[in-house]
Amino acid sequence: MAKKEYAFYPGCSSQSKASASNYLTSVNSMCKTLDIKLTEIPDWNCCGASIGYAEGGELPRHVMNARNFALAEQHLPGQQVVATCAACWLGARETKERLDASAQLMADTNEALKEAGLHYKAEVEIRHMVEVLIEDFGYDALGKPVVKPLGGLKIAGYVGCQTNRPFGIAGESFENPMYLDKLVETLGAEPVANYEQKVTCCGGALAFSETEKSQAQIKNIVESAYDQGADLIVTPCPLCQANVEIYQEQINKRYGTKFNMPVTYYSQLMSVAYGGSTKDAGLDGQLIRAPKLEEIAKK
Amino acid sequence: MSDLNAQAVAKYRTNFLKEVEERVEEGEWVKMCMQCGVCSGSCPLGPYWAHPPQEIFMMIRAGRRDEVLTSDSMWMCTSCYNCIVRCPRKLPITHIMHGLANYAHRLGLAPKNQPTRVFATLFWNNLIRTGRVNELKLSLALYFKDGFKQGIQNALNMQKTGLGLMKAKRLNPFELFSGHGCKDKKGIAAMLKKAREIEASRKHFAN
Ligand code: SF4
Ligand code: SF4
Repeated sequence: MAKKEYAFYPGCSSQSKASASNYLTSVNSMCKTLDIKLTEIPDWNCCGASIGYAEGGELPRHVMNARNFALAEQHLPGQQVVATCAACWLGARETKERLDASAQLMADTNEALKEAGLHYKAEVEIRHMVEVLIEDFGYDALGKPVVKPLGGLKIAGYVGCQTNRPFGIAGESFENPMYLDKLVETLGAEPVANYEQKVTCCGGALAFSETEKSQAQIKNIVESAYDQGADLIVTPCPLCQANVEIYQEQINKRYGTKFNMPVTYYSQLMSVAYGGSTKDAGLDGQLIRAPKLEEIAKK
Repeated sequence: MSDLNAQAVAKYRTNFLKEVEERVEEGEWVKMCMQCGVCSGSCPLGPYWAHPPQEIFMMIRAGRRDEVLTSDSMWMCTSCYNCIVRCPRKLPITHIMHGLANYAHRLGLAPKNQPTRVFATLFWNNLIRTGRVNELKLSLALYFKDGFKQGIQNALNMQKTGLGLMKAKRLNPFELFSGHGCKDKKGIAAMLKKAREIEASRKHFAN
């Protein structure tokens, strides 16, 4: 298979030693197997995330994203920008669509970018890693390198919000997207068929500011995975992963539950299925370890 | 009353819809709402919205300016995008909610200690300093936002998690001193300053 190259936008939470650094580790391992070359956009900056609006406003937010686009165009010409974070991808795509739709906004953005010595030519395309996997590779190609099928694992595919709405993955429905389940199947595991919380919001950034209200959401997400007999939850989003994993302990205190449900990334499943070690898959970075998956990795 | 608010009141008088159309992100869409209520049933934190989106759009058209801008409803938006994909009129509801929150914040009308307002402000100020988010400084700032004593309590509540993350190499204690950041901090600061200036002139904040 020919090598595929992309300009990589890791985002703040996935850089090394940040809260989703284990995501990055597993993405690197997965990409090695699939012969994907990711080149980090030099000096990339934060996308503003979904919470940047309050203080940042409109144009400053777009300018932040456009700076990354301009850097990608300049240093990695012709390559599509790939983000692993749902919020980064969403924020970047939103900016791209708004600028494409308004000559005024585009001109204003470039006027601001000039202050940083940059110019955005409106040539980039913004993709999420999951789009790359499903659209550029497809399930068959993703299944080929599997050497350790994840048999015996029952997995709840928690899609969440921001890889799903408003843009989503081509051909999927907003209310019941199937791609995570299909991916789980491709890797030899059993997807939970009736995971009714698959697109429930975890509270997103409000998990920090509206803790109790968000934890009520997270409780439903975890509980439903238990009800369906899942061994673990898998998600494509770093914020979902962090919220659903980290707050289980506080939820247990608040509600008297005994949650201890592992929450992993799709890339961690893929890394293990492709023969990666616990370390390659970043499974040593789980707060709630995933013993059954680790067992397969150690086989 | 803040100067910016006084200026806005003088400029738009009773035409709040026009004010929203000119100054709030995607505000020109508000008049397209047909009051079907689908959005209001879509918010994850729905029970906590004193005025769900559909009602806010109705209030804007009715000129209920103070009620809208001082409301903490918009701050309950989790950016889940349920509303956007369901609205039969394709209103960018999420962005209008964000835009209203931002506008109320700028005018100094948003509720003072609204936790998401506080967090969002900390977040943006954290990221513009170096171009990237410093998760450690951000969480510390958040713990201490209610004062020192409450801050220690908050930090203790999350201590086990923090240590766990550190052990798992998912939180970097050295971020406090150096940490992640962009090289071209000067360029970023200059470009953001310019962006703010342009935005203020486009939205007539000066006249
Ligand atoms: S769903 Fe759309 S049309 Fe219906 S009330 Fe909400 S904004 Fe208005
Ligand atoms: S994006 Fe905001 S306004 Fe829309 S449904 Fe979600 S919480 Fe409600």
